Order: sequence, then structure tokens, then C-alpha cells
Amino acid sequence: MKNKLFEKYFVFSPYFWLVLFFFIPLAIIFKISISVSEWGMPPYQDIFLFDNGFKINTTFENYIYIFSDYYYIGSFVNSLILALISTFFCLLIGFPLAFYIATSNIRLRNILLVLIVIPFWSSFLLRVYAWKIILQNNGILNVILLNVGITSEPLQLLYNQYAVIMGIVYTYLPLMILPLYGYLNKFDLNLIEASKDLGLNRIKTFFKVILPLSVPGIVAGSLLVFIPVVGEFIIPEMLGGSDRLYYGKILWEEFFVNRNWPGASALAFSGIIILVLPIVIFQILYSRWSQKNEI
Amino acid sequence: MKSSLIKSTVIFLGLFFLYFPILVLIFYSFNENKRVMVWKGFSLRWYNELFNNEQIIEAFIISIKIAALSATFATILGVMIGYSLVRIRKIPFKSFYIFLSSTPLVLPELILGLSMLLFFISLNNVIGFPSSRGQLTIFISHVTFCIAFVAIIIQARLTDFNKNIEEAAMDLGYNYTKVLYKITLPIILPSIIAGWLLAFTISLDDLVVASFTTGPGANTLPIVVFSKVRLGLSPEVNALSAILMFALIIIGLFYFYFNKKFKH
Repeated sequence: MKNKLFEKYFVFSPYFWLVLFFFIPLAIIFKISISVSEWGMPPYQDIFLFDNGFKINTTFENYIYIFSDYYYIGSFVNSLILALISTFFCLLIGFPLAFYIATSNIRLRNILLVLIVIPFWSSFLLRVYAWKIILQNNGILNVILLNVGITSEPLQLLYNQYAVIMGIVYTYLPLMILPLYGYLNKFDLNLIEASKDLGLNRIKTFFKVILPLSVPGIVAGSLLVFIPVVGEFIIPEMLGGSDRLYYGKILWEEFFVNRNWPGASALAFSGIIILVLPIVIFQILYSRWSQKNEI
Repeated sequence: MKSSLIKSTVIFLGLFFLYFPILVLIFYSFNENKRVMVWKGFSLRWYNELFNNEQIIEAFIISIKIAALSATFATILGVMIGYSLVRIRKIPFKSFYIFLSSTPLVLPELILGLSMLLFFISLNNVIGFPSSRGQLTIFISHVTFCIAFVAIIIQARLTDFNKNIEEAAMDLGYNYTKVLYKITLPIILPSIIAGWLLAFTISLDDLVVASFTTGPGANTLPIVVFSKVRLGLSPEVNALSAILMFALIIIGLFYFYFNKKFKH
């Protein structure tokens, strides 16, 4: 009898907390996103009106407003492209690293793994700030470029999309390496030897043996990088310029600068639908598929 | 021979890429000059100024307080979720439960922050609480998104260890509560500590959610740092970086120690 009470307590305490402080806030975003905006505080009308009998007062105006303006759609597209490019570079740098760590001897492997992840523990904001110092006009990178003679005057490295990509790849790299390593670590390295013995050269071994076996790790790592990068706000704000506007910045300004709460809510909710939902569905489908195929 | 050379080069370059910016930051923190980029000589001047900067010290204390409290709450609730998902069969609307406990991991912080802020404002309109936003609202938001991280760690640990130990103890006459406190809890304790450390660091490091849910008298350290470096460089932040990175890396090492402990 007693354990039943205990189980209820265990299940329902976090249940209650998450419904109240996570689910209801999401519902409120949706509610405000379909409210009619007006001047005042709060800057939207109630969705249920009781003045002259009961009336439901909702609108899709906010969504139409967002999706008919290139300013908003463009920022969505920019963020998706940014996330794609960054994920690609994380994979390009992360894969060889994860592979070589996984093929090291066990003592070295653990040390390397800790060394890779430790920077991830140090402050995110400060790691981005570090790039601001490196990429300054009189920063260390420009000094090197000048001394080597690649350029005759300092390059403007900061405040553009390339600096943003650099910052993202740097801060998110450990998130790519960890799952990659997790899967590469599992598979039998003798397979590589076997494929070499059977006459496949390095390139063929890579494409026919190593790559197919690391697909789950690539998918997991890419998702871990892709999803948060789409909503990234800090890095474009610190390292980016006005050449590209991103989703995060637009949402921030719509709320804090334009004080358009219904608009910001509509942006946030569209963000959930467009960016997060397909990925969650993909993940569920993918895990089913990989279970079926026993990868 | 040739392939091992490639291997060491790749690993060396990778580590260099990861650590170089951190070293640059620490290097410049010892620069005497007020203009960060122009080297004038070795000095501890900015460390001195940092410790006399009341705004930063105050923000640091607020951040530590919020991080410790929210990590503790998130750990308690996260352990409950991890335990429920692995050991308790009957969970009403289980897929909704899983959705609630895992979505905060994927949701962009910006959306989370906005939803929390609008929630607090709506709540205030309905029941008159919280009348203003501040440390309490940041605390609630941090607990909410740290729970998921703790839950994942606990879930992994509980899936790992053999349920038979618990059943054996029950057969030997331990009741449910006793099994929980004498068997299960000690076994997952290292993971609980690891989860707490992770939640603590996430809370301490969070800028976006805190920016949305903050109010008068609740400027956390990341908020203050961001306001200082958003448009330029700050020698005091350089000094702060060096100290903070060192402290956080130590916490990270502890995390590894506890998370690995008793594994296999």
C-alpha cells in the first residue's frame, strides 16, 4: 500500500512542475500568438470576450503578417542555412577527431575525451568572447596574417557571417564529437583491417566500411548541433554584423524592441512547428527504423 | 608510421583549436593596458579591479545562489523522473510525460525564455503573483530546463544497473522505502552528484532564459558580462574569464569523476 503512495509522489511531483512551468507557458505562447494585438499593457486583447455575450476573439493575422514579410521568412531561411553550414563544418572537423580518439589505446582515449569535453564546461559566453578578441582588427589572427605577408593591411574578420560560423563551430564542436565517438567506439576495429586485407584501399574502406557504420553517430551529433544553432542568439549578437539577420535576433527584437507580443509569440510558435517538430518526428522515425535494421 | 603521424597531427590540431581561444583570453587578462588589444606589460591590475567591482561581485553572488538552489530542485525532480521512467510501470499519459521531460533539451532557449516570461506576466494578471520578476522567476525557469538534463543521467544509470539487486533486497524483507534508501539511492548517488554539477553549471552559464525572466535586483553574472562585452571588449571581463574558466573546468573534472564512478 505504502509503495503505491510513494510511486504516485515520485511520478506526480515532477509531472506537476513540468505541466505548470513548461506546458502551460507553451500553451500561453500559442494563445497570445492568436490574439488580436492592440496598444496598451498587455499589448493584446483577450481571446475570450464577455462584454456582449460570449465571443471568441482570435485571429491568424499575426501568422499571416510573419509569413507574408520577407524580413521574417528570410531570417528563418538564414538561420537554417547557418545551421546547415555549421553542422557540416562541425562534422568535417569532428569526424576525424572522434575517429582517431576511438582508435587510440584505452588510457589515452579517456584522457583525450576529457580534454575534448572540458572546454564545453567553461562558460559559453566567454568562449564566444574569446573569438571576439582573436578576430579583432589588431587581434592575434590579423597580426599573424600581416607578418606572414598574406595581407598588407588588417582584414575585417569580425562582425560578419563567417565570424558567426567560426564561433558556432568552435562552441558546438564537442556536441558533435561525443555521439560520434560513442558509436565509433562500439564498432569492431578489426573490420577495417579485414577490409584492407580484402584489398580495399583507404578511400574505399572509408566509404564502404567506416562511414556506413557511423551513420547513427553522425545523425545524433548533427541533430545536437543543428537544433540549438537554429535558435542561437548570443553568437550572432557578439560576432555577427548586419549582413545577415537570424531568427533569434528577429524574435528578440520583435519582443523587446517592437513590443509586439503576439508577433513574437507567433514567431516562437512557428519556430517550434517549423524547426523543432520535424526534427522530433525524424528522430522517432529514425530510431524505429534503426531498431528494425539493427544498426 | 605514416598513418600514426596523421593521427597525432589531427588530434594535436583539434586540441589546439579547442584550447587556443581560452589561452588567448587568459593571456590578455594579464595585460596592464586599458586597451585590451595593445600589450603594455604583465600586470594583475585587472584582477584587482575585478575584486573591487561591486556590480560584478554582486552578480556573482546572485548567480551562485540561483545556480545552487535551482540545481538542487532540478536534481530532486530529475531523479524522480529518471526513477519513474525506468522503474515505475504505471505512468498516466506516459508519452506526454516523456514529452514534458525531454523537450526542454531540444527547445531553443529563446523560445523557452519567452514562454516563461509570458507565463509569469499572465500569472500575475490572474492571481497577482509574481508581482515583479527577479531571482525567484529565474530560479523557477532554471529548474524547469535543468530537470531534463538530470533525468537523462539518472535514467542512463538506472538502466545500467541490475534490477535484481533491488528485488533480492525486497525478498530479504526490506520494504519499498528501505530498498530505495539503502540500495537504489547509494548506487545512483554518483550520478545524482554528477547531475547536480551539470545543472549547477547550466544555470550559472545561462544568459538567454535569465535575460527574459530577470527583473530589478536580479542581474546574474552572464547578464552583466554580456552587457559589458556586447559592443566591445572589457579588461575586467578578461580577468573574470580566466578565473571562471578555471573554476568551471574544475567542476567539469568532478563531474567526470562522479559520472564515471561505479560504471562497469
